[in-house]
Amino acid sequence: MKSNGQKKISWFNIVNMTFIVLFSIAVLYPFWQTLVLSFTDANQASSLGLNIWPERWITDAYKFIFSYEQIGIAYINTILRTVTGTLLIVGLTILAAYPLSKRNLPYRNTITILFLIAMFFSGGMIPDYLLIKNLGLLDNRLALILPSALNVFYVIIMRNYFMTIDKGIEESAVMDGANHFTILWKIIMPLSKPVIVTIALWAAIGHWNEWFHALIYIQDDAKTVLQMVVREMLVDVNLSDATQVSGAGGASSELLLSNVRAATVMVSIGPIILLYPFAQKYFIRGIMIGSLKG
Amino acid sequence: MVVLKDNANKQQRKQKKWLEIKKMRSFYLMLLIPMLMLFLFSYGPMYGILIAFKDFSPGLGIWQSPWNNFEHFKRLFDDYLFIRALKNTIIISLLKIIISFPAPIIFALLLNEITHDKFKRITQSISYLPHFMSWVILSTMIVEVLSPERGIINFFIGLFGGDPVHFLASKTAFIPMLIITDIWKEIGYASIIYLASMASIDTALYEAAEIDGANRFHKMIYVTIPSIMPMIIILFILRLGSILNAGFDQILNLYNPLVYEVADIIDTYVYRAGLEQFQFDYATAVGLFKNVVGITLILVANTIIRRRSEHGIW
Repeated sequence: MKSNGQKKISWFNIVNMTFIVLFSIAVLYPFWQTLVLSFTDANQASSLGLNIWPERWITDAYKFIFSYEQIGIAYINTILRTVTGTLLIVGLTILAAYPLSKRNLPYRNTITILFLIAMFFSGGMIPDYLLIKNLGLLDNRLALILPSALNVFYVIIMRNYFMTIDKGIEESAVMDGANHFTILWKIIMPLSKPVIVTIALWAAIGHWNEWFHALIYIQDDAKTVLQMVVREMLVDVNLSDATQVSGAGGASSELLLSNVRAATVMVSIGPIILLYPFAQKYFIRGIMIGSLKG
Repeated sequence: MVVLKDNANKQQRKQKKWLEIKKMRSFYLMLLIPMLMLFLFSYGPMYGILIAFKDFSPGLGIWQSPWNNFEHFKRLFDDYLFIRALKNTIIISLLKIIISFPAPIIFALLLNEITHDKFKRITQSISYLPHFMSWVILSTMIVEVLSPERGIINFFIGLFGGDPVHFLASKTAFIPMLIITDIWKEIGYASIIYLASMASIDTALYEAAEIDGANRFHKMIYVTIPSIMPMIIILFILRLGSILNAGFDQILNLYNPLVYEVADIIDTYVYRAGLEQFQFDYATAVGLFKNVVGITLILVANTIIRRRSEHGIW
């Protein structure tokens, strides 16, 4: 690999590394500014300047959101949704992928095509909404987990993974009289941990971040999710920002809202940041598995 | 005689297949729930597409509502708002294809040149981070960074004596902001797949090129890029197929009435016409138009590219 001497530092390397360092700072900066904003007081936040370090670290915004009932409810709802939604997706993906990985299953291709059509063609926003309405699922938590429960892309990835598992192991289990459910549970699933973890992480992050279904299917505040709380705060501030351009502004309540919003963003990305080192490893592996398919 | 034998064969084959199905019944049992979900939540809404051809009234339901054939589709091209949304969608999407699509390829080429492993790993991990966040979260951060009162960009503009710019409320600045933030969010994650295919290039190719006197740039242009070309083509076809998806999530969270003129795309228009103004039938027609164009584009692009280069997605 490293055939040419590494001692000489070329200009290209210096420029390239500088560029990548600057890029990394640009990626991280918005996160940092939000963190700082969540810890500064309204006074500093309102002064124009390079707010890269708080004058004093103030936790008022966090105190406020922890006492604000709506955010607690939304947090619990989001956790519940993520856990049940992820379990459902992983379960259905395995149940669909395992039979489809059997090359000698009659009508396997027909069924696969039925799945694939659903990936390329969909009803669209309004027909989706009408279906949920006709099923009576508006304002029901199930509307947040059922429509996304079967993901064809995940099924294809898992099916391809199952197909790489040595058939000999299964055949000997069949000889011993195990049924297919036992084989799936006891033999195939333990062997498929990497792909199962990958899809579980994809599903969990998807559910944690999803807000559009919550926007259109859920009206009841008691069933709202965290992303919607952030979004409502964002829309509020956006409107006042837009109207403030002409008028002389500087109302401290608006600035306080910015602090609160920043703090809410911080608590809602907390779990993802904590999971991040672990998650990204699996995400990369998932992309590899996914791109291996012919 | 021959016919009889054929019939017997057919019968036999049928019986054999039936036996096989019976033997594998637990597999069909496993497929039962996923298939039900598929029919209910993927094929179910396809039935709802019918209302694009009807005068839909919620009281009558999808089937009972009267047909109006292609009235909604005829209306499309007289609708100023639809034309505007179509135009914006194509402009934003083309700009994203021209600028955002090659960005991760260039990023991967640059990262690939870095031999310091730890540096490479850390910067790569940083570059994926925004991919894991929703546009709701990222929008709140972007609003802060671009804010005329507090944002760092306007701080520097002020330092050089400029007036603060309201980026997200300006018709000229909004689209560049869409492109930049789109690259910011996805460049790292999108580069993974290119880096992976670069890692699998046979090192003998580089050694041979070196013997021929190739320098770094020659190797990049004559070895690395041709080797990842099939991957680029596949991803490009898939991207073309979604030319009418200009980024619903991103725009719905970043736009505001001041920039509708340049930022309203088909999806945001469907959302407002359908779910905010309750024109279900018309909005469905708009959505169907978009869907059909998208699939046609995928088919056409795939056929053309396959005819010329035998790559393609199928």
